[in-house]
Amino acid sequence: MASAAQNLRSLHPIMEALLRLLRNPSGAIGLFLIILVTLAAIFAPFIAPYDPIALNAPNRLQGPSEIHLVGTDQYGRDTFSRIIYGGRTSLSVAFSSVLLATLVGCFLGMLAGFYRGWLDVVIMRFTDILLSFPVILLAIALLAFLGSGFNSLVIAIAAVYTGPFTRVARAAILSIREDLFVEASRALGSSDARTLFLTLLPNALAPLIIEITLRLAYAILIEAGLSFLGLGTPPPAPSWGQMIAENRRFLVLSPWATIAPGLAIMVIVLGFNLLGDGLRDALDPRLKV
Amino acid sequence: MIFYFLRQVFLAIPALLGVLIITFLLMRAVPGDVVTQLVGLEGNVTAERMDEMRRMFGLDLPIHQQFTQWFGAALQGDLGSSLRTNRPILQDLALRFPVTLELTILSLIVALLIAIPLGVLAALHRGKFLDSLISSFALLGLSIPGFFLGILLILLFSLRLGLLPPAGYVPLQESVVENLRHMILPSVSLGLVLSAAITRIVRSSMLEILGRDYVRTARAKGLAEQTVTYRHALRNALIPVITVIGLQFGALLGGSIIIEQVFSLPGVGRFALEGINLRDYPVVQGAVIVIAASFIAVNLLVDLIYSLIDPRIRYG
Repeated sequence: MASAAQNLRSLHPIMEALLRLLRNPSGAIGLFLIILVTLAAIFAPFIAPYDPIALNAPNRLQGPSEIHLVGTDQYGRDTFSRIIYGGRTSLSVAFSSVLLATLVGCFLGMLAGFYRGWLDVVIMRFTDILLSFPVILLAIALLAFLGSGFNSLVIAIAAVYTGPFTRVARAAILSIREDLFVEASRALGSSDARTLFLTLLPNALAPLIIEITLRLAYAILIEAGLSFLGLGTPPPAPSWGQMIAENRRFLVLSPWATIAPGLAIMVIVLGFNLLGDGLRDALDPRLKV
Repeated sequence: MIFYFLRQVFLAIPALLGVLIITFLLMRAVPGDVVTQLVGLEGNVTAERMDEMRRMFGLDLPIHQQFTQWFGAALQGDLGSSLRTNRPILQDLALRFPVTLELTILSLIVALLIAIPLGVLAALHRGKFLDSLISSFALLGLSIPGFFLGILLILLFSLRLGLLPPAGYVPLQESVVENLRHMILPSVSLGLVLSAAITRIVRSSMLEILGRDYVRTARAKGLAEQTVTYRHALRNALIPVITVIGLQFGALLGGSIIIEQVFSLPGVGRFALEGINLRDYPVVQGAVIVIAASFIAVNLLVDLIYSLIDPRIRYG
């Protein structure tokens, strides 16, 4: 049977996209960096050689050595251990806020693109207004309102990144809503919800997945920025932006305490950016230049 | 054409109004007000005295009255006074806006000076070593936080080499040289990060244009490769770059908030940040108006530049 042989050779589209992603150098390296940092954050207690918040006054402001890989900070805390634990803060804030922004933004964008009319106008006007604030200023104002802490940080970052998801989801739905398969689904008597979530959404996923990856990079950067301004998760639990702000005063004496957390931010953001590039090539060959 | 711009300006009004109302509500929804923040600084003050202060600031009025009062005054060019220092907001903004404006303009110049040549070079050497090198640079630039880059630059150029001041600001009127010396590191920190995004746009847009028919025609009629690249391709490739500048301007203003903090520059961003921390409502409202209005103005300007460089775009 010829068709059975063909079926064997043609993989599920998701597997095929994954294979294409792994064959793409940017995608593979990006995925590797992300998995590396995520694993380090998850298994922090097993990897970090020291307690990230244990004070050790006699050991303060040491340079890199065999005992302390990248030295210690002003309280004698091991910088390497703090970076490993800081990854937990950055990654969990970034993943949670982008998840929240994706859910809310996609829902609004899909409604706007599907129903058009006044709903579209209201949602997009509101999105335009949200997007005419500089991201960081809006996040700071929201944090002043919500108070500091993990949840506030997640909500503030999610709020500023809902707008872009609304736009991407709306555009994706608009580009396919008049296609034949959508009409077919309607002709078969599907409800609006069924058409929207089971027919339209799966076909609009590619741009959304790319957007999610790139927003994760931004979310890490903005979390670092807010922590740097002292608006992140409260000390003594470490976060990378906060470590840079704290150790900056000893820049001359022990530069590594400031440089190392900055490099950590760069590695994970680079990972997401590379993965985003790789995904764009793998999922949407039309966008490739 | 003029009609088009009047229409765009008119359309921008609801967005600006929306920004104002959101800021207004958000600031008042924040726990604590300026009185509690000020009293927190001074120590024991009676509840009566605090209520008296609120009456003085007009904070005892219902919120819609506070808004119409403030908005009516703002329409007449009066943004009120800081609740903390009692200085008129306009006076402070007049001092601080030029700092932020200078920072954003210099950063944009730095970004374009780096991004356009690099983007063109990468496109012309597509797939070769130079292209990979430039693309890697762009990717690194997209991945570094501006404030971290700023600190690295301070470490190298101020603390190690002693070439440039690590922080602070000197007004242009006082000394142009000193002003620029203080602005170099902040604008490079902000500009380098921005240049990464623009380099990628220039490269891809240049590649697309180089494949167009009219570029082939230009080559076929025997024009020098340089003329083709710069006259025919680059001019057209820059159009999307201008859109990106418009879109990135918000990020630039946002980035300047953190960079102003890193380099202790007295700009609008720091002004807003101080206002938010002290619940100094008029300060925050004033700063947000300026930031949102300049964002909208830049996007209008982008529209204008469009029609100048691309005659195909005609507004009805």
